[in-house]
Amino acid sequence: MSPVNIIRQAMEKNLDIIAITDHNSTKHCRSAQQIAGKYGITVIAGAELNTKEEIHCLAFFENITRADQFQQYIDDNLTVIPNKAEIYGHQYLVDENEDILDEEDRLLVAALRTGIEDVITEVHRLEGLVVPAHINRMYNGLYSQLGFLPAGLMADALELDRRAGNDGFFQKHPEIGRYPLLRNSDAHSLQQIGTASTEYWLESPVFSEIRQVLSGDWNNRIKSI
Amino acid sequence: MITVADLVKEFGLEVICGADKLQSPLKGAYASDLLSDVMGKAVEGDVWITMQTHRNIIAVASLKELAAILIVNGGRPEPETVTSASSEGVVLLGTNERSFAACGKLYKLMERDALV
Repeated sequence: MSPVNIIRQAMEKNLDIIAITDHNSTKHCRSAQQIAGKYGITVIAGAELNTKEEIHCLAFFENITRADQFQQYIDDNLTVIPNKAEIYGHQYLVDENEDILDEEDRLLVAALRTGIEDVITEVHRLEGLVVPAHINRMYNGLYSQLGFLPAGLMADALELDRRAGNDGFFQKHPEIGRYPLLRNSDAHSLQQIGTASTEYWLESPVFSEIRQVLSGDWNNRIKSI
Repeated sequence: MITVADLVKEFGLEVICGADKLQSPLKGAYASDLLSDVMGKAVEGDVWITMQTHRNIIAVASLKELAAILIVNGGRPEPETVTSASSEGVVLLGTNERSFAACGKLYKLMERDALV
């Protein structure tokens, strides 16, 4: 899953916008955006954070500068567990030519020492968007970890697992309808790219427009497919 | 009958919140860090052993009428968690013990009173 392969696959699947959200890392966003420029696809810089409560939470940023600033927060708060490559695989950082630039030696599936509300505050300070991931999943989702939606959670949207749909989750938890509901592929392999997505009605495929949709009249401007 | 106060005394626990509610009897215990699981499995009068500190733990304890929450590993609850415990009247305890040790000690104490 190198950046160039991801972008080729996304083009193949006719996606206009993708986000790179590695576990607890924003470091691949730069090379992905550089490649994206050549292919004419929008790549949003982000990360999938693992909070203290072990809730997976997506963060998206307007540009690389913001993502880099957020990387500092990750570095300051990630629980440091050395990666064991023989178990978890190598965590290589590669460039647009697939040359290895670095290897991350901290285990990236580890959790942050900060809780979900703290993470939300920091992402918002950097003018990013926060979306608790796969909230209907039985592990690492908002509901499994916290039992119910905390009152007044400042999330910008909620994400449903791509496999969800007929599990009755929405009927059981109608309160999630207060937030925009997104479905993404959460692709962990090239084959999974595009297996779920969300359509946004935008003037142009840029982060600021997505933010505008999610914070405004989202009801008629997004559709999960 | 074992009370929350006995537990505090026996194990030298820190009382973070609810010092006036330590006389409630302890009926059992449940250990889990998944709040959805605790909502399903814990029963009224349990002490709940966890490392979670998010404010939702207070609502769960209140909903299930738990005798107390014991935060292990020296975990510090967020200020909103303490505020919420205080307004909901939930007993919040703390210990530097790890989860397994805390459970083991508690089990022994409760075994003595045939609570497990």
